[in-house]
Amino acid sequence: MQRPVEDLLTDYNIMDPDFVKDPFTKFDHIRESQCPIAHTERWGGSWMPTRYEDVVAMAQEFEIFTSRGILVMPPAPGWDEGPYASVAAPPITSDPPEHHWHRRLILPIFSPQSVAKYEQGTKDLCNSLIDEFIDKGVADAAGDYAQHIPVRVIATMLGVPLEMEEEFTSWVRGVLEQGMTDPELRAASSRKIISFFAEQLADRRKNPREGDFISELTQAEVEGQKVPDHYILGVCNLMLVAGVDTTWSAIGSTLWHFAQHPEHRQQLRDNPHLWPTALEELLRVYAPVTMARIVDRDTEFQGCPMKAGDRVLMTFPAANRDPRQFENPDVVKLDREHNRHVAFGSGIHRCAGSNLARLELRVALQTWLERIPEYSLVDPTAVTWAGGQVRGPRRCLVKF
Amino acid sequence: MRVTINEESCHGHQMCAIAAPEIFGSDDLGNAVLLIEGDIPTDLQGKARRAEANCPERAILITE
Ligand code: HEM
Ligand code: SF4
Repeated sequence: MQRPVEDLLTDYNIMDPDFVKDPFTKFDHIRESQCPIAHTERWGGSWMPTRYEDVVAMAQEFEIFTSRGILVMPPAPGWDEGPYASVAAPPITSDPPEHHWHRRLILPIFSPQSVAKYEQGTKDLCNSLIDEFIDKGVADAAGDYAQHIPVRVIATMLGVPLEMEEEFTSWVRGVLEQGMTDPELRAASSRKIISFFAEQLADRRKNPREGDFISELTQAEVEGQKVPDHYILGVCNLMLVAGVDTTWSAIGSTLWHFAQHPEHRQQLRDNPHLWPTALEELLRVYAPVTMARIVDRDTEFQGCPMKAGDRVLMTFPAANRDPRQFENPDVVKLDREHNRHVAFGSGIHRCAGSNLARLELRVALQTWLERIPEYSLVDPTAVTWAGGQVRGPRRCLVKF
Repeated sequence: MRVTINEESCHGHQMCAIAAPEIFGSDDLGNAVLLIEGDIPTDLQGKARRAEANCPERAILITE
């Protein structure tokens, strides 16, 4: 049982079930107080900016707010021991100057042109998932549908066995969900991921192949040098961890939204040209990802005395609901014209996978709404949510 | 109307290309490239303004 929160400004608890269920009213409370950057001693201590301007300013200041630690929780004891201790998750855990080549090496596979080739496969996958439950009249939009999409797309990209989907998902949830409050599980899950990729890498070195990203990395060079193994393992680790829970959460939240808003489904049927704008609006409102930074040196930010080593949350979901930046921020306006949302972050760490994530989100939603144009929640109070680092529904029964 | 992209601050969100695909495209790394050199035709000027208003890095500059 977690101790009840007394004062959000000095004692917030991002893992409190009430916070996970509805972080937005808490963000509002902090944002409109005299202290829009809250602090807590819980979970190793952290600062939480809630205004758009502050979150963006901090994300841009990468020399002070470093990416040495990007999880919203402190690392497990002993995480930096063992054979894979030097494996991080580049480029998300990298700072300049290395960040530049760490990121450059993966950007080309994620450009809009490159990810277009996954469209048909994603659509076929969505259709086959729907085939499984369409005759039943009920389904778990999160567990039977959203959950299966990103993991298979990433497995295809990396050239690893699709049959291992369940293991991949459980490792990722071990890192980002259950692992949030259980550091041992988090460390163990990370080790499983990295040892799995170490085997994959060894196999490709022995039996070279073509056409998947791990193989490409084994052949790539940076300034005349082969790419080191610990970098390849780190990137694969990140692609699995960053690409799965995040996108699945975005698909799930949006399906949950449409289940309750037939007028929005109708609006898109009547105006299909609104889709791109609508997706950005849904990403703004249901931004699933909160990251963190570690303060490099003692610094004062907006009057807050931050110490070297302090953790700062990059509360992108709070920034996206700031009325100083967005008119009527809590209203979903599918044709919102001005939308500088930061669901994919801001500055040098902008989500490298954003073009792939958008494609998956669009195809998953369009395919669902084509096949299941009318549906609703079985019981709104029974929907369960994960939160902390990545927020989205985990069980969301719908009927049609 | 002319449009320029500040390459230093563009980090490839691609929200410009989503708002105005006639004007903005992507290079190999996903950063913005201009598809129209010189004056933006009148019928696309609204879209250019919208692209500017959707860039989270404020990397797009419009001069009229
Ligand atoms: C809707 C889905 C997604 C959301 C909301 C999301 C969000 C984010 C955010 C906010 C960041 C910035 C991290 C920071 O500032 O520290 C980020 C970074 C990153 N994401 Fe995503 N992400 C999504 C899907 C994906 C996918 C599908 C992939 C690819 C497989 C991916 C790969 C990455 C990578 C590689 C980075 C690190 C970039 C860097 O540090 O330079 N993400 N993501
Ligand atoms: S929206 Fe802005 S940051 Fe993103 S690609 Fe366009 S110009 Fe660059």
